Amino acid sequence: MDRPAWAPPGIDISKPSVSRMYDFYLGGSHNFEVDREAARKAMEFMPGLPKIMQANRAFMRRAVRFAVESGITQFLDIGSGIPTFGNVHEVVQKANPRAKVVYVDHDPVAVEHSKVVLDGNDGAAALAADLRNPQEILNSPEVKGLLDLEQPVALLLVAILHFVEDTDDPYTAVAELRDALAPGSLLVLTHASYDGVPAREEAAGTVGVYEKTRNPLVMRTRDEIARFFEGYDMVEPGLVQMPHWRPETPPEQEDPFTFSGYAGVGRSA
Amino acid sequence: MTEKSAAPDGPEGRLRRFATIWSRAVFPATATSLSRAELEQQLVPLARRLRDALAARALDAAEGQAVGAALVGTHCTDPEALSRTLDVVDAYLVLYCAQEDDRRSKDELRSRCSRLQHAVAAGFAQALKERTLAEQEAISRAALDARHAVAEALHASEARFRAVFEGAAIGIGIADLDGTVLQVNDTLTRMFGGGFGQQIRGRNISEWTHPDDAPQVWRLYEELVRGEREEYRVEKPYYRHDGTVLWTNLTVSLLRDAEGRPQYQLALMEDTTERRLLNLRLRYEATHDALTGLPNRTLFFERLEKALAAGDGRRFGLCYLDLDGFKAINDSLGHAAGDRLLVEVADRLQSCATAPGEMVARLGGDEFVALTTGTDTEREVDELAGRILSMLAIPIRIEGREITVRGSIGIVEGPAGERSPAEVLRSADITMYRAKSAGGNRFELADPEVDARTITRHGLTTALPAALARGEFFIEYQPLVHLADGSVSGAEALVRWTHPQHGVLGPDRFIPLAEHTGLIVPLGRWVLEEAVRQARDWQQRHADAGPLRINVNLSPVQLHHPHLVADTVEILERVGLEPGALCLEVTESALIGADDDLLKPLRRLADMGVDIALDDFGTGYSNLANLRRLPVSVLKLDRSFTQGMQRYPVDPVDLKIVEGVVSLAHSLDLSVTVEGVETGAQAEQLRELGCDTAQGWYYARPGPPDRLHTLALVDATG
Repeated sequence: MDRPAWAPPGIDISKPSVSRMYDFYLGGSHNFEVDREAARKAMEFMPGLPKIMQANRAFMRRAVRFAVESGITQFLDIGSGIPTFGNVHEVVQKANPRAKVVYVDHDPVAVEHSKVVLDGNDGAAALAADLRNPQEILNSPEVKGLLDLEQPVALLLVAILHFVEDTDDPYTAVAELRDALAPGSLLVLTHASYDGVPAREEAAGTVGVYEKTRNPLVMRTRDEIARFFEGYDMVEPGLVQMPHWRPETPPEQEDPFTFSGYAGVGRSA
Repeated sequence: MTEKSAAPDGPEGRLRRFATIWSRAVFPATATSLSRAELEQQLVPLARRLRDALAARALDAAEGQAVGAALVGTHCTDPEALSRTLDVVDAYLVLYCAQEDDRRSKDELRSRCSRLQHAVAAGFAQALKERTLAEQEAISRAALDARHAVAEALHASEARFRAVFEGAAIGIGIADLDGTVLQVNDTLTRMFGGGFGQQIRGRNISEWTHPDDAPQVWRLYEELVRGEREEYRVEKPYYRHDGTVLWTNLTVSLLRDAEGRPQYQLALMEDTTERRLLNLRLRYEATHDALTGLPNRTLFFERLEKALAAGDGRRFGLCYLDLDGFKAINDSLGHAAGDRLLVEVADRLQSCATAPGEMVARLGGDEFVALTTGTDTEREVDELAGRILSMLAIPIRIEGREITVRGSIGIVEGPAGERSPAEVLRSADITMYRAKSAGGNRFELADPEVDARTITRHGLTTALPAALARGEFFIEYQPLVHLADGSVSGAEALVRWTHPQHGVLGPDRFIPLAEHTGLIVPLGRWVLEEAVRQARDWQQRHADAGPLRINVNLSPVQLHHPHLVADTVEILERVGLEPGALCLEVTESALIGADDDLLKPLRRLADMGVDIALDDFGTGYSNLANLRRLPVSVLKLDRSFTQGMQRYPVDPVDLKIVEGVVSLAHSLDLSVTVEGVETGAQAEQLRELGCDTAQGWYYARPGPPDRLHTLALVDATG
């Protein structure tokens, strides 16, 4: 029998969590030894992982600022993880204090922590839900209370889709979200790929490490990643390696690892 | 800030360069999402603090510590970031940030610089330690909170399940695999009669056997507890605590543990006692006659169906009884007496059919059936019918009067598996009517041929309306000829039916049926319109052939129809035929005893110029004196007169009669038409007798309209 909708999954901090590993890569201490151990092991295969994560954060920062400049005032960040510095609501609300941000993560620990960080912020909320069940997200009190889906929303799927396997049909989930959002909404997306990784066989070892987490790592090709943007018009410069997306500093100064994977922003018609 | 100081080689410019070098060194060791340029902006104020600390009269270690802490604040949390910061301070702080007018020696500045580095390192370490502890505590608390949330959700979920269990409208019980009841809800307790001391918990399921248990119930139970079955549903009775019966819809499911091993059984019980009683009562009411208490048509059909489905050599016998003259009894003695009579008859019938396999039912009104499915139905059904008739022969006493009722019985007997209940009952019904028309108070045996005829007749009757709608009727025309010169004077329209199965049928096959059902009115109107249209067609196309008159038959029913005159006038006007070209034929029998009301429409038509012919004259014993009163202008002699003349030698009496009739007609100003003329000699004789027109095979058989005007043309040109 399926778990009833009202019974959340158990909390098992003896297993590494993707969001806490991410925090570790970013120099945070919101993590436990299991997370650090797994993260260090992954780094043995791909020492540039922290740089990739950092590039993700930097891309997200640029993309969010782009969204704000495009007039977007609502943000739905799915796979938000542990809030660290430079969170979406900090970037957004600095530019527009009335902007709204909803964070979604399926790690209850990350969500609980987010709630503490967001305490007192009326324009932001966090909820525990799974990208694979978009209706649960769209119908949540947090989304319904903060976001007006008749108006454009920036949907952030940053470094999350490579944790959703094809058997869970991530394309349908992304399409369902697209259909629920008003025209003019933005899709901000990054995705891991073997494309651009300096040493490919080592990246495969990283995939192996992630197999032990709740969310195995799924590498996709550029074409496969581009399919997530079905129904969106790509914003310049399209789907590119992270440092090439509207760079603020010369890309050639970036760490070689930051060229792994792809990033892009699309605008729905 | 002066322009000079902002210049590249001014103090401010040099401070900026220091910040740039610092940011370049540190950036690769950070995890910040800021760009390097943004990081540099954040480092500028820190560089300024370092410069000022270097220049201060007394070195303030707190300033260095603050810079170290600020580094952590800009998320440069990696120890490598500190190491690189210290390298940069060591190599460049004095170089870029020492004030030109500083009079202190190089060594003193260097020593200050290294003390500043100590302070920065200490500040960094302190801030990082605090931050790490805070984050560790935050994440631990988040984990605790999350666990707490899960526990609460589980608790809420359990509370919800408990509410479902307790509040459910159906009885729920859980037992172990030995059958010991572990838990039941209040609803289940109440269903069993509730009360303290009557605990269900702890008892064993096997105690609840009941004599009315379906045979498979306990086998299903055993299969379930052995893990061979996941679920079963049955209707099961129980004894309540007070001994009364509780009927339930019972669903039992097997509950397994996480490893799939059978663990418990879950029973869901719905109390259906009331519904069951109601169903039984409704079933009885639906299958029994309220007046007599006998099984009704529904139940009888069920039994008959069963008997007919029996197969393998089984036979059945059926008596279909209808009381003779029951309506008269009902009308004269009243319905109450009629009802009592039916009850008495029902009781007697019941006593006639007491053997196994025999049943009696009331189909409705005064119609009863008795069914036998014994071993020798051929004999039994005859005896049964005999018993019924002799039982009826005993007078019935009602309201102080002795009444004798008789009945007519149709018997159907035969092997099972050949006919449907409806077919059997129809045959019995037909046979019963045969008994009735043979005088009643008797029984008749079904005869397949009679059945077939009756059924065909019935079939034709029901097919008539659709036939008219589908245009299955057509008209043939038989010429009428002037006996004087042999010219064609007109034609009689004769309707035919092209039946999809039976082929072309003559009017004798269906006109009586159409009269019976009233369809004759629209059919007659259709014939009239077609014929009138044809007559006008002939007139237009062959004006030279002289005026042709069309004869159309009018049935008694049409005669009584209030729209006869209006319909006829409307058709004549619409088609455009003068009334004088139409002759309506009415049978003599239809006009026998006709009063003025009936004659009025005919009179109005006659006044308009429509000819009225008296058809089949000489068969209806009509009052000859009456002829004057009738608005007719033509007499059509019945074919029996002409048939008499076919014999050779002709009976002189026949000749005299025809001569007399013709003379009578002529004296009343009526012309005479003869039918059935088949030979030239006949025609000659009729001409000599003074008949005016004739029709018959001698001239032409009825045929399509084209044939007629061919004849007329030949006649006109020849």
